Amino acid sequence: MSLDTVATAQANPDATQPFAELGLKPDEYARIKEILGRRPTSSELAMYSVMWSEHCSYKSSKVHLKQFGEKAVKTDALLVGIGENAGVVDVGQGYAVTFKIESHNHPSFIEPYQGAATGVGGIVRDILTMGARPIAVMDPLRFGPADAPDTRRVLPGIVAGVGGYGNCLGLPNIGGEVVFDETYLGNPLVNALCVGVMKHSDIKLAKAAGAGNLVVLYGAKTGGDGIGGVSVLASETFESKGPAKRPAVQVGDPFVEKVLIECSLEIFAEDLVVGIQDLGGAGLSCATSELASGGSGGMTVQLDKVPLRDPSLSPEEILMSESQERMCAIVEPSKIARFLEICEKWDVTVTVIGEVTDGNHLEITWNGELIVDVPPRTVAHDGPVYNRPLAQPAYIDAVAKQVINLPIPSTADEIKETVLKLAATPNLADKSWVTDQYDRYVQGNSIQSQPDDSGMVRIDEKTHLGVAVATDANANWSYLNPYEGAKLALAEASRNIATAGAKPLAVTNCLNFGSPEDPGVMWQFAETVRGLADGCLEMGLPVTGGNVSFYNQTGSVAILPTPVIGVLGVIDDVRTRTPMSFDRAGLDLYLLGETQNDLAGSEWAYMHNQRGGVAPTADLQREMRLIELLVAGRTKKIFTAAHDLSQGGLAATLTEMVLRYNTGAIVQLEDVGISLLSETPGRVVVAIEPAQTQALSKEAADQKITLIKIGTTGGDSLVINDAKISLTELRTAHTETFVKLFG
Amino acid sequence: MKIGVVTFPGTLDDRDAARAVRHAGGESVALWHNDADLHGVDAVILPGGFSYGDYLRCGAISRFSPVMEPIIKAAQGGMPLLGICNGFQVLAEAHLIPGALTRNHELHFLCRDQTISIENTNTAWTSSFSKGEEIVIPLKNGEGAYMCDDKTLAMLEGEGRIIARYVGENPNGSRNLIAGITNERGNIVGLMPHPEHAIDSLTGPSADGLGFFTSVLKAMVK
Repeated sequence: MSLDTVATAQANPDATQPFAELGLKPDEYARIKEILGRRPTSSELAMYSVMWSEHCSYKSSKVHLKQFGEKAVKTDALLVGIGENAGVVDVGQGYAVTFKIESHNHPSFIEPYQGAATGVGGIVRDILTMGARPIAVMDPLRFGPADAPDTRRVLPGIVAGVGGYGNCLGLPNIGGEVVFDETYLGNPLVNALCVGVMKHSDIKLAKAAGAGNLVVLYGAKTGGDGIGGVSVLASETFESKGPAKRPAVQVGDPFVEKVLIECSLEIFAEDLVVGIQDLGGAGLSCATSELASGGSGGMTVQLDKVPLRDPSLSPEEILMSESQERMCAIVEPSKIARFLEICEKWDVTVTVIGEVTDGNHLEITWNGELIVDVPPRTVAHDGPVYNRPLAQPAYIDAVAKQVINLPIPSTADEIKETVLKLAATPNLADKSWVTDQYDRYVQGNSIQSQPDDSGMVRIDEKTHLGVAVATDANANWSYLNPYEGAKLALAEASRNIATAGAKPLAVTNCLNFGSPEDPGVMWQFAETVRGLADGCLEMGLPVTGGNVSFYNQTGSVAILPTPVIGVLGVIDDVRTRTPMSFDRAGLDLYLLGETQNDLAGSEWAYMHNQRGGVAPTADLQREMRLIELLVAGRTKKIFTAAHDLSQGGLAATLTEMVLRYNTGAIVQLEDVGISLLSETPGRVVVAIEPAQTQALSKEAADQKITLIKIGTTGGDSLVINDAKISLTELRTAHTETFVKLFG
Repeated sequence: MKIGVVTFPGTLDDRDAARAVRHAGGESVALWHNDADLHGVDAVILPGGFSYGDYLRCGAISRFSPVMEPIIKAAQGGMPLLGICNGFQVLAEAHLIPGALTRNHELHFLCRDQTISIENTNTAWTSSFSKGEEIVIPLKNGEGAYMCDDKTLAMLEGEGRIIARYVGENPNGSRNLIAGITNERGNIVGLMPHPEHAIDSLTGPSADGLGFFTSVLKAMVK
């Protein structure tokens, strides 16, 4: 094929171009022609097609996401907000923390190991790009039914991919989720979160400023993998027919990324870059156009200089390739020698591919011929914006009318059977089979990881300053009521931070939904964003960034609306954190927060194939008072242990507590069935020394939080009223599920 | 007392090993894989990680790196040398200790708190423990199954060169539950689990691992 240059495009204005195959709509193609005043070259078309894809341009979600800015709280903690590679917050003592969550759902279905691995790789590079050392990862995962044959293909591959990549980078994996539901069968969700830390002065941004500065590409060579990943894979509904999409999945090399991290941090430490951007979705198209838009707009790139793994790649493929482990830096000419030296030390391939100019166009040449000549903002930021039709789906009213009408367990035998069943159900069972494949110790700063409520890492060995992160979603509630569901997920993640005594500080999110072209899905999405924005405003937490993943549907079946909310908290002294459980007898157990009859969307109802009813309403004022109480309980040394109640209610919380350090409990409950199974939000179990009773009562009264004594710790059983379950029996039920399914 | 901690490009636990040395009261010195100079250290640790990516056999490339030449020479002369996890694999590839480390029998990476019993307290790295003492330190690896032929196994058993064994269920399929072994002289130790991640119960399952580092400091004073 001959080279399609700007000159050719001008000479043959009417040439037919495969815009539809690249995922562009006719009006989008027309808009590109209008911007350029001519037809795009094939390279320009490639760039626009990936950058204007749903995944990169947020064209369906933008109109809703702007609420995160409009409703934002004023906070000094936010150092870098939405729009950069990741948001940055001030955690005190001169430290800044950056964190973000992203999806890699579609690639992980097609090629579980590589899809999940490169999902981790991508988010880690986003964090690194901000100038931070990555210090931890977390992975919320969702799969089809645990016993479905395809789950047996997808889950082990995804878990091995997350571990294989993260372990090799030396990043502790400190938590996440593993949830099963039939709607994820053809669309597993692989969300990856990374946290990084730096000093305030080390924050880096994606901008190409200063004419004459050099555009430097370093890291892995460019190959033919992941071509069109964002447009072909992430922005379309899966169909059972059609060509195999495996070549659109990237292939990762964690060793190269590990070296890239160390090399980049050494480069940052010597202040050798003006701006930096990683190459992720949309590869060089994204990096060059975003860097150029971040500056004055002028940049020249000699595309033929890009080092290739496969010399037969065409310029269009090079621009679209999503080969992993690559970074693009803007470097002053006076600093390039040292930059190259550091790359050589780490054996990292490095090439100067272009220069920042004082113009306002991004010009890319191929062996001296101009093949791209565009205003970079039109590629990176001025993509189409859709105000897609939305309509409340019919099921909403129908499910609201349903009543969970199951026989509630009440006798000792029924209680015992129910607790054991819940302990063993895949959504609540012990996840060690998964998390034991992840290194949680590397770097030597992990304070908490699975199965704790949140992951916690120390960021300063001398002052003991630390951060905690939790991710949560309750898709059952979001299905019943997406507005409340989003708020409830925010509340739960915040509570999971606070049970350890850390203070919630900032929010990231990964919004996983079906097709935006379905008005019902779009309504779920709009309601979710509205709920999350309202919730964050009420709780005073800034949204620092996030990710939208649409088209998670197979044919006409969409996944449950799944907004995964990540909350970051700070704790001034990790040594004083409240652990999630107790290791001795003689402590008193209290339930904080009132229990209502909230079985709609509960794990117990789901176990009985019921998903109707009315979701609870989030009371964020009460949640905030509860958080205050939990933080005060730590600083005043009132609590010996604290553990959140969520899916599986009190039954699951007690199970997890007694098994954690193998210490039993004796619990007396009124209305025992509902007490154990209800999932009323805003509740926590705490264990205290009897001497702390008065202090606890005072704090609870001050915060107007209901306090009920439910029992004491000790023994080798979990005793609930007259039901006695030995810890051995409970442990077997809790731990053997995953081993039986996947071991 | 100066203890060198080697960093190969894919080493991960080097900062942890250095921290453990400091906690034990020693001075840690960073050694770079491409620098064939030991900078006057009295002992060396090869920490865990994926040295050169380990796409070939683990440790197969590292053993040829420039820094290994003086390390091998010094260790053959009696310098204390500890290889942890990937470091153990490098020691085996360098034939400083017998046997090989192969894929875990369940074929996936395993990270867990592991009880091991210390069987030989006469090495440079284990003298702070008492014989038969059970300690809990993290185990985290994908290729941690210790393998050797029957003759070698009989020799290791006969000469008391198995320095630590897994207690309870075999986590990775190692022969005779071997968690660590030593050379004839007792100055070189290869250990699969990670004592450097158990120097403080705040960040590890215990502080039991510190004993390996205090042992070598004592050995060097002698």
